Amino acid sequence: MPNLEHPAYPAAALLHLESLVPCRESQVSMLLSIFGERQQFSFPSIFIYGHTSSGKTYVMQTLLNTLQLPHVFVNCVECFTSRLLLEEILIQLQSCSSETEPTSPVPCDTFNDFVRLFKQALVSRELQDQTLYIVLDRAEQLREMEANILPAFLRLQELTDSNVTVVLLSEIVWELFRPNVGCFDPLTLYFPDYSIGHLQKILSQNHPPEYTADFYAAYINILLGVFYMVCRDLKELRHLAALNFSKYCEPVVRGEANERDTRKLWKNIEPHLKKAMQTVYLREISSSQWERLQHDGGEPGQLKGLSAHTHVELPYYSKFLLIAAYLASYNPVRTDKRLFLKHHGKMKKTNFMKKHEKTSNHLLGPKPFPLDRLLAILYSIVDKRVAPTANIFSQITSLVTLQLLSMVGQNDQLEGPRYKCTVSLDFIRAVARTVNFDIIKYLYDFL
Amino acid sequence: MKSAMSKRKLKDTCGASAECISQVQKILRERFCHRPSATGKLFGIEFQYRHLLELLKRTTLHGESNSALIVGPRGSGKTTLLNHVLKDLREMKQVRGNLLEVHLNGLLQTSDKVALKEITRQLQLENVVGDKVFGSFAETLAFLLEALRKGDRTSSCPVLFVLDEFDLFVHHKNQTLLYNLFDISQSAQTPVTIIGLTCRQDILELLEKRVKSRFSHRQIYLMNSFDFKQYVKIFKEQLSLPAEFPDEPFAQKWNDNIQHLSEDKIVQDVLQNLFHHTKDLRSLYFLLMLAVSAVTVHHPLLTAADLQEASRQHGTDSKANIVHGLSVLEICLIIAMKHLNDVYDGEPFNFQMVYNEFQKFIQRKAHSMYNFEKPVVMKAFEHLLQLELVKPLERPSARAQREYLLMRLLLDNTQIMDALQVYPNCPTDVKQWAASSLSWL
Repeated sequence: MPNLEHPAYPAAALLHLESLVPCRESQVSMLLSIFGERQQFSFPSIFIYGHTSSGKTYVMQTLLNTLQLPHVFVNCVECFTSRLLLEEILIQLQSCSSETEPTSPVPCDTFNDFVRLFKQALVSRELQDQTLYIVLDRAEQLREMEANILPAFLRLQELTDSNVTVVLLSEIVWELFRPNVGCFDPLTLYFPDYSIGHLQKILSQNHPPEYTADFYAAYINILLGVFYMVCRDLKELRHLAALNFSKYCEPVVRGEANERDTRKLWKNIEPHLKKAMQTVYLREISSSQWERLQHDGGEPGQLKGLSAHTHVELPYYSKFLLIAAYLASYNPVRTDKRLFLKHHGKMKKTNFMKKHEKTSNHLLGPKPFPLDRLLAILYSIVDKRVAPTANIFSQITSLVTLQLLSMVGQNDQLEGPRYKCTVSLDFIRAVARTVNFDIIKYLYDFL
Repeated sequence: MKSAMSKRKLKDTCGASAECISQVQKILRERFCHRPSATGKLFGIEFQYRHLLELLKRTTLHGESNSALIVGPRGSGKTTLLNHVLKDLREMKQVRGNLLEVHLNGLLQTSDKVALKEITRQLQLENVVGDKVFGSFAETLAFLLEALRKGDRTSSCPVLFVLDEFDLFVHHKNQTLLYNLFDISQSAQTPVTIIGLTCRQDILELLEKRVKSRFSHRQIYLMNSFDFKQYVKIFKEQLSLPAEFPDEPFAQKWNDNIQHLSEDKIVQDVLQNLFHHTKDLRSLYFLLMLAVSAVTVHHPLLTAADLQEASRQHGTDSKANIVHGLSVLEICLIIAMKHLNDVYDGEPFNFQMVYNEFQKFIQRKAHSMYNFEKPVVMKAFEHLLQLELVKPLERPSARAQREYLLMRLLLDNTQIMDALQVYPNCPTDVKQWAASSLSWL
């Protein structure tokens, strides 16, 4: 007994549609009841929102194609200016009606021209009053175009005086779209996220034919157990499932375990999945590298991800310059005297000593410092005597080029250049370790 | 007793045919969705209707030039009113064929040049203008109006300019179009009437001094000024089928059902709810449209449950829906931001602070959460940025480090706590962490 029923559409088509959209039957039936029959009017504009990979684009495309409703499908990221968007809609309208004639692009600059050309195209298309659906995917890009595009699309039925419905798909909620003076509010529909049961059902559908469905379902169960807390995106999970399946099957292929030995299989795959979370999930390494790693059976510890490549080997003085810059960025100016001078005397217990957690500099970010302060700290932390030659200054410039330091403000001749250190604590500790410098002792936040 | 009556009615109408239901849907959908067509009824704005009709009659019959603004919030019926008046005007014997109309819309004509081309096109004077080049806007407009004079007549046809979204024309450079139109309405020979429709109440302050002085300051207000009893009456009338409906017995049953619904307590509650939220008829029509789309052959009459369902769907909190679909790690980040907002009174925070707060939770209280690596937490945070639940204070530049960019959370505490109640499979320690604002326990 099919769940989807509608008098206007043939039952065979609806049955086929139902098989294509698992776990989305209620949304499809809602859409069908709103669309009504082919000739009937529907809402002038519909706004569908939901998380990424909750099936909005897929369901709309499948629904419109299976039931063969006249439609135009445009992605607003592809057509990112109003001109591209409007011309694309007109081209798609033209190409559907006349398959034999070559379609020459019609220039369409403004929405005014668009309305005129649209009315002409509708007349020539002989739709016999069927509703035309214009689907705009990634509709949040419409906010970046001219201010009249979004309100005009919402009112397209009224402006062109024809039977057209505009459907907007987005993952941002409608409240963030509404212009200041208001507009014609569309009907907002929510596509709910998939529950864990749904995800299991959909992911288990792609099982390769060599193994049983139960075996694959157990694998998906393990995968979801590791990744569900972090990510619910269907596309990501599907990608991870495809990448790691061969590793999961290894014990069975090698003959060490049979398909039902869940504990052994789990012990084999679990560290692998945890490693995947740190690398492939973060796109630190590419999927082909990951697959090669599995194939060669190498130690996952040998993997060098993208962030590993940021550790460059610096010359001796550059390392000290970087350390000095880090100290200058994260220590308040008043503490310099105490930390870096030989005879500093006692530090007065003032209000300044009270450290609020919020003002911990490691939470607020690096502060800019002048060049003189950098050099002063540098001279005090390097054991030997350092001459302020051009060598040192050029090393500062190359640190800026490597984006380990960044220049703050304009090229100010009056006050001298100001910099700020943009490396993380772990990085600087690694650098300091290579020159045997205990940086923690000199950081105010850790005193 | 009332429910027994409705059950009996349902049993009677089991035989409603598909054709009949299709007709019902067609009529009601056209009434609710394609509304600015002039076939509907007007509710509660008879005074404004008479005023506008009188104004336009004076232009067409007596050759007076006029200008007026119709002001009212969105959905209060400005376009519907105008269409009604124009339809009745065109049917009058003396007016037929004697009135030229130009319809401009602020959303379509975004600059004065485009507007001028559109006026030329609508007056069908394109071949008259041809390739002539004019010095200024005023010259072109004067030429167009001059060209409307027919051979032997001493005066030309009256022209009606309708400017929809009038407040958008105000933002054009120098307000040239408005100035020239109002100027002509004050001085020229051609009888010209300008009707502007806008939703902004402060429209007069936006006009330049020279434009304002040429405007007649005539404003027609549509203020949705009906009370709840009239609202229910409108509900009943708009849902009833017209007398010309082909299937008479079904139409009778339908209208009786609607009468019965309008007295039902549940339906009254639903309508009262909507009425308190917004009085304009457009929202009512949306609700009715949603309810009507549930009418099928197996369910031929509207029930109170349909209206309740439509109302529930109309009024869901969309941000709560989005929070429902987040992963547990992202929920923890939102709770960390909530605590930061509580302790520091809503001051902006950055990722490093949120991560710090999250670490404190992991170390002290969490049993179900695994201590994720910092890049994984960063990816979850960036997902929240992408959904625009968290917004940076300024656009991120290439030079600033992403962890130290200041942000704000766009959810408030009640929304977060409500969303957590319905969040599926929420670990208990996460829920407890959210409830307690004492972060050192």
